[in-house]
Amino acid sequence: MKKKFKLEDLDCANCAAKMEDAIKKISGVHDANVSFMAQKMTIEADDERFDEIMKEVVSVCAKVEPDCKILM
Amino acid sequence: MTKKQKNMLYRIVISFSLLAVLMICEHLGVFGALSGSWLLLPVYAVPYLIIGYDIIYKAARNIKNGQIFDENFLMMLATFGAFGVREYSEAAAVMLFYQVGELFQSYAVGKSRQSISEMMDICPEYANIERGGGLEQVDPDDVEVGSIIVVKPGERVPLDGIVTEGESYIDTAALTGESVPRKIVSGKEIFSGCVNGSGTLKIRTTKEFDDSTVAKILELVENASSKKARTEKFITKFAKYYTPVVTIGAVLLAFVPPFILGGGFGEWIQRACTFLVISCPCALVISVPLGFFGGIGAASRMGVLVKGGNYLEAVAEMTTIVFDKTGTLTKGEFRVTEIISAEEGSEEASEKLLELAALGEGYSNHPIAVSIREAYEEKGGKMDMDRVSDAEEIAGHGICVKIDGREVLLGNEKLMQSKEIIYSSVSNAGTIVYAAYEGRFLGALVISDVVKEGAADAIRSMKKVGVKKCVMLTGDRKQAAEAVAAELGIDEVHAELLPGDKVSIVETLLGRQRGNEKLAFAGDGINDAPVLSRADIGIAMGSMGSDAAIEAADVVLMDDDVRKIASVVRCARKTLRIVKQNIVFALGVKALVLILGALGMANMWEAVFADVGVAVIAIMNSMRALKTDIK
Repeated sequence: MKKKFKLEDLDCANCAAKMEDAIKKISGVHDANVSFMAQKMTIEADDERFDEIMKEVVSVCAKVEPDCKILM
Repeated sequence: MTKKQKNMLYRIVISFSLLAVLMICEHLGVFGALSGSWLLLPVYAVPYLIIGYDIIYKAARNIKNGQIFDENFLMMLATFGAFGVREYSEAAAVMLFYQVGELFQSYAVGKSRQSISEMMDICPEYANIERGGGLEQVDPDDVEVGSIIVVKPGERVPLDGIVTEGESYIDTAALTGESVPRKIVSGKEIFSGCVNGSGTLKIRTTKEFDDSTVAKILELVENASSKKARTEKFITKFAKYYTPVVTIGAVLLAFVPPFILGGGFGEWIQRACTFLVISCPCALVISVPLGFFGGIGAASRMGVLVKGGNYLEAVAEMTTIVFDKTGTLTKGEFRVTEIISAEEGSEEASEKLLELAALGEGYSNHPIAVSIREAYEEKGGKMDMDRVSDAEEIAGHGICVKIDGREVLLGNEKLMQSKEIIYSSVSNAGTIVYAAYEGRFLGALVISDVVKEGAADAIRSMKKVGVKKCVMLTGDRKQAAEAVAAELGIDEVHAELLPGDKVSIVETLLGRQRGNEKLAFAGDGINDAPVLSRADIGIAMGSMGSDAAIEAADVVLMDDDVRKIASVVRCARKTLRIVKQNIVFALGVKALVLILGALGMANMWEAVFADVGVAVIAIMNSMRALKTDIK
């Protein structure tokens, strides 16, 4: 399943790249893309575990850039 | 400005005033013997903390999260270092300067993001549906196919459909870049994203919102940023190594020279701190994608969708372009282009020729017949089919028909030969229809596909921007193809091709490309989706092309205007140039300040400039990519 999320307060491009890297490392995530310009995140992950994976995504992002909020 | 930015501005003003007062006091000798002693630290800590508390907080938090080498940490380290060597005012000032730069940067990025999204603001917010006598505004997502929606003057068309009532002029600028309003009447197809002019329109929707033109364009543009250009990938990779290398350099600089050269650590730690400040690759990480985004934005404003930064990069390196003839260089419509009368120079004779041919072909639906009738009607002729009788088709030859009771023959050379008519052969390009009246040769009509307006211009301007070779592929007869090629200035023609041949020709041409040279294929997508995806850059015609072609293509010309290919090349080149400028400029300044810093010739101020100052300048430069002229 592929889903898009809006991001709030994503202030630095470097952080966006780091977030993307970190998300891609989560198991079950096929592909992830964090767009600094569009302030958007696209995640492609396993259907059954999507919610679970998203929880992990949120915590990973909070570690990289605590100010950035993912709007679900 | 956002609330966050305003807050920061207040902090900057307060901190700056305090620091200014302190520095003046120190300069005037108010502190007397205290100057330079540890006792002043708490005093300078006030403006420092006002401006930099969040940096220290973030640094601490990020270290806890295992993110060590981030800007916050480096700034903290650098300013703490300055405090350590008792450069209090400098520590506070550098933090202040850094925050000013950050504010600038966030403002500039915000602005550019805004101007890009404004340009992409083609998404309709609601659709008007007639319900119970009144109009109701609903989400375009909820409108079912086949519903009737109402578009009032000035509103954006929310869904694709067919106009059932009303007449208006619509502005298609957001879709095609074309600024002249287009007339639309009942029965015509209308695309979402257009803005309605002065009349109210009723539209029967033919697509759901997700499949409508506007949703597709938005999706394409949004996805464009995920297809990264080579340059972008390089920067991401570079950033990964750059920061650790500079940080290690700083550590070495702080500790190695004092051991070798002797002397105090203070001086070297200070030099190392300048290293740390420069170690963030922000200028590159922000400005490079921003440049590509701007370039894609500028192209889409011209009515050309580029599906990714990688394709924009490829377009800039395009040296060969292969065109499919029909639908790309020509309109794909047949027209009578020449009337060759047997009695040369007689207006009357050629009129009669056209009249008889049109009436004779009156019952046929063949495109050639239709084109003859159109030509006749255009000249004011009336199709009076009562005059026609005894029509007989002679397969492979043409037709034999009676008009006003007299025999008329219309067809190819074989027909003339079989009926033993003395005729003069015509060797013009195109399809030739010979006509005879009562056994006497009347003349011939030349029917050919019409070259698009501006096609010759397009080839010329492509050559001007550096495309070396233009190739044309067609299934047409060699003669016809070569005539068109000569008219347009095409370098190489492959005629009489079967659909399958196109792929193999493109493959041979691809094999001839050298190094980074890129090959583009432009087609209307009918039968050529495989070629579109095989070429380095597939260019599809958006309004005439099929959905499959738009899907397979990398670049879509929304209004089928081939002239825009040259504009996109120019836009892509400009974008690449800007991106390269930024890379050279940012790395150059950083390298210079690193060297000067190591030699002790650059202080914290220069270092902060090399960090945020350079980033701001690079961002502003990137914004130029968005402003490529529409021509």
